[in-house]
Amino acid sequence: MTKFNAWNVIKNGLNGQSYWTRQWRDPEPKSSYDVVIIGGGLHGLATAYYLAKNHNIKNVAVLEKGWIGGGNAGRNTTIVRSNYMMPGNHEFYEHSLKLWENLSHELNYNVMFSQRAHVSLFHSPGAKDSVSRIYNIMRLHGTDAELWDLKTLKKKIPHLNYHNSRFPILGAAVQKRAGNARHDAVAWGYARAADTLGVDILQNCEVTGFTRKNGNIESIQTSRGIIKGKKIGFAVAGNTSVLWQMAELGNLPIESHKLQAFVSEAVKPLLDQVVVYGVGGAHFYISQSDKGSMVFGGDLDWYKSFAQRGNLPMVQDVAEAAMAIFPSLGRIRLLRHWAGVMDMTMDGSFFICKTPISNLYLNAGWNYGGFKASPASGWYFADLIANESPHNYVQNHNLERFEKGINIDERGAGPDPKLHG
Amino acid sequence: MIRINCPYCGERDHSEFSYGGDATINYPSLDASEKEWTEAIFFRKNIKGFQFETWHHSNGCRMWLVVERSTVTHEIKSVKPCHPDLQKVVKNNK
Repeated sequence: MTKFNAWNVIKNGLNGQSYWTRQWRDPEPKSSYDVVIIGGGLHGLATAYYLAKNHNIKNVAVLEKGWIGGGNAGRNTTIVRSNYMMPGNHEFYEHSLKLWENLSHELNYNVMFSQRAHVSLFHSPGAKDSVSRIYNIMRLHGTDAELWDLKTLKKKIPHLNYHNSRFPILGAAVQKRAGNARHDAVAWGYARAADTLGVDILQNCEVTGFTRKNGNIESIQTSRGIIKGKKIGFAVAGNTSVLWQMAELGNLPIESHKLQAFVSEAVKPLLDQVVVYGVGGAHFYISQSDKGSMVFGGDLDWYKSFAQRGNLPMVQDVAEAAMAIFPSLGRIRLLRHWAGVMDMTMDGSFFICKTPISNLYLNAGWNYGGFKASPASGWYFADLIANESPHNYVQNHNLERFEKGINIDERGAGPDPKLHG
Repeated sequence: MIRINCPYCGERDHSEFSYGGDATINYPSLDASEKEWTEAIFFRKNIKGFQFETWHHSNGCRMWLVVERSTVTHEIKSVKPCHPDLQKVVKNNK
């Protein structure tokens, strides 16, 4: 693998770009590995990378049923933030944001992380009080957070709809270190960095069954043959229940829902920040990609589904929200839209935990928020697999929290997965 | 758009309805163990394929329905009133 640096860019520039090597190998599966991670998305790849990097466990395979970057890694709106308040969550997401800040250097791959500020609008004094509380909690824990009054907001983003009389904009809660990144680059960067450390990335390798021995999973049946793993990690958010039932483990506090996202044609620089608008049943978030496309999304489709395609009522809802807050987008054309399948959990928080099978570990339940979490998710999942006990930050992110009554419910929405947006 | 054939109103767009959830949950008795209650409230089969689920005709007759629908293709096999007595009434009226 050729390292990306100024010298190699110049050298290849002079040689017709002919000396670049492929980004990661395409190995044949070995018969056994120390750790097998099922799911070659951002979380699985990050886990494999940190197993090799932080814990020196390099005999690792990542099994991906499709291709790298083809699942939810390519079906998100690329927003990175850490504005959480519940114990466990805020430390975890803040660590994730810190990992993002150095990720391009860490992976020797430009993930185009852009800390352009996350601007969450509020429209009533009650909403201002509520968000002030959350952002004050963040400040007390050392995360950056601030409030912009209307004057500042108008200066920073002049073309929002400041004349909406039903939901007047009063100001915004802002996290300046938040922003977005290039989703494909994160997947490719982690795959390339993990591969360099010796991890086997096995694409087109779908898991079809498990063989159990003495209560453990002894081997995994896949479309590319039988693979043994001393330890096995699931990182297949969206389809966790399918694998969970394949391993005959029963039910999970998860429902799969689909979330749509949209990309418009490219326009000249229009929006420097990530803007979030959420009132009166609407939920809308938007940013502009480096190519110039407006990238935006809204709520779930509101019914359970494993279909990776969205339905039209939500397209209309999102378009209405866009027009309510950004009337200047009225004539912009949509290039494409897609839906990704989310693990929506019963309290809106994730799982990084042990399972009833002693050599099986679970990483699941990322709801809307899997993209920004991926570095820390890999970090703490690798830590769990290597040390066999959860780090303090994720000690309550397990399946037992519901029976114990220690749900981590940021929204206070209760046990209805679709409401944890 | 999914079309749901409401037994009271006829076939309508799914945007008239709101999704409830798993229609096969059996709530345990009040003195059942915490484990049983946790299982009923928080744990789901999350079927990939045909499942029974509840929908509320919230912008229509406001009745709760049990729909058998595929979570992969969104094809609907059957729609019935939630309440078993109402199922009989609807059947007798046909």
